[in-house]
Amino acid sequence: MMKKLIAFVFATLCATLALAQEAPDALVKQVTEEVLEIVRKDKSIQNGDAKKAIDLVDAKVIPHFNFQHMTALAVGKDWRKASPQQQQQLAAEFKTLLVRTYSNALTSYKDQKVVYKPFRMNAGDADVLVRTEVQQPGNKPVQLDYSLEKLDTGWKVYDVNVAGISLVTNYREQFGQEIRNSGIDGLIKAITAKNKSLEGNLAKADGK
Amino acid sequence: MMNRSVTWKSRMAVVLAAGMIASGGSALADETPGDPLEGFNRAMFAVNEGLDTVAIKPVAQVYDFVTPLPVRAGVGDFFGNIADIRNVLNNTLQGKLADAGNDLGRLLINSTIGIFGLFDVASELGLEKHDEDFGQTLAVWGWGDSSFLFWPLLGPRTVRDTGGWVVDVYTDPTWYTLNKSVAARNSLVALRFVDVRADLLPTDKVVEEAALDKYAYVRDAYLQRRRNQIFDGSPPRLEDILD
Repeated sequence: MMKKLIAFVFATLCATLALAQEAPDALVKQVTEEVLEIVRKDKSIQNGDAKKAIDLVDAKVIPHFNFQHMTALAVGKDWRKASPQQQQQLAAEFKTLLVRTYSNALTSYKDQKVVYKPFRMNAGDADVLVRTEVQQPGNKPVQLDYSLEKLDTGWKVYDVNVAGISLVTNYREQFGQEIRNSGIDGLIKAITAKNKSLEGNLAKADGK
Repeated sequence: MMNRSVTWKSRMAVVLAAGMIASGGSALADETPGDPLEGFNRAMFAVNEGLDTVAIKPVAQVYDFVTPLPVRAGVGDFFGNIADIRNVLNNTLQGKLADAGNDLGRLLINSTIGIFGLFDVASELGLEKHDEDFGQTLAVWGWGDSSFLFWPLLGPRTVRDTGGWVVDVYTDPTWYTLNKSVAARNSLVALRFVDVRADLLPTDKVVEEAALDKYAYVRDAYLQRRRNQIFDGSPPRLEDILD
């Protein structure tokens, strides 16, 4: 009995480890397909239910992102000037902003298909780029690339590139401006205020 | 007709001159690197937002609503085919001869089997498109970074890309050879303009919600996208702050 239990625990452990060590391209593909499959079946998300889209992204996508790194990239050199507590606050607010705004993309889903580009990595690489392309009838395909890094907890996305535009570094000048004008705390305040106003919109849409 | 093309040319000269003056102009208050003309640009951006709200966006929304998907696809493919002329030319000028040959093949196939470009048969056959314009050619020839400019209607450009755009207009049959029929030319140019705007409709909401400062967001997205285009989709990495 005990032997069986140990074997079972060991097997589960191996499976978990295997999942954490999953190749980055396979991870991107698995998460993308899983989310698209849910959206394809969910009429309320397709009809613009933003809350539901946010919940879906929170549950399925966010665990694979490293928001600390993303926020550092978005803030740039001023990141080092922020206290650990400020960094934490910044990362939390930035995460809320990104999730809110880009979950919206799911609500405008219309028969898009994601094609995975050939992926190459060398053994021991800890920082890779996974390239995909979103194809939609009647429109040009859109390049969609993910930068991933290998952490102890597995591969994590730290940047997303749409048509060559990094959703993360595209904030650098705006954040820099806020910091120049009113410091790190000013930036935290500005993102928090933005999130509050988006939340207001969400509540309004809900009340309809 | 002669007259019209002269007005057209002089209008472009004015635009270019304005660009030159603007680019040599004063460095305004809060200067962002790469955007010394921020004051002028923000004013133009506001003008454009106004125009878009009252006229352009509503037209694009109606167009988007009434045009069935196959027609939309046909319009996109038709102008895409015309753009392949520009692609052949600029791939050649950049020394990307394989891409130029490929895009020439696309042009021939789509103009014939694809019925004047209404169907993108070449893509179905696996001939990939390589978007190049004269602004990118100038960048490949060594005109690196250039001041950002925001034009009403034309939208974001840099000084380099504004110059590139003028050359693109001259190599674009929509503007050029169709001068013979001004009405046809104007209709085509307007249709393409509305079609492009309609393609951007889904991104409106995202930009609106994502940006702390919409002007800066649009500017930086434009600059990043151009960098990506100039390096054909694989730009060298920028420094990572945590490294």
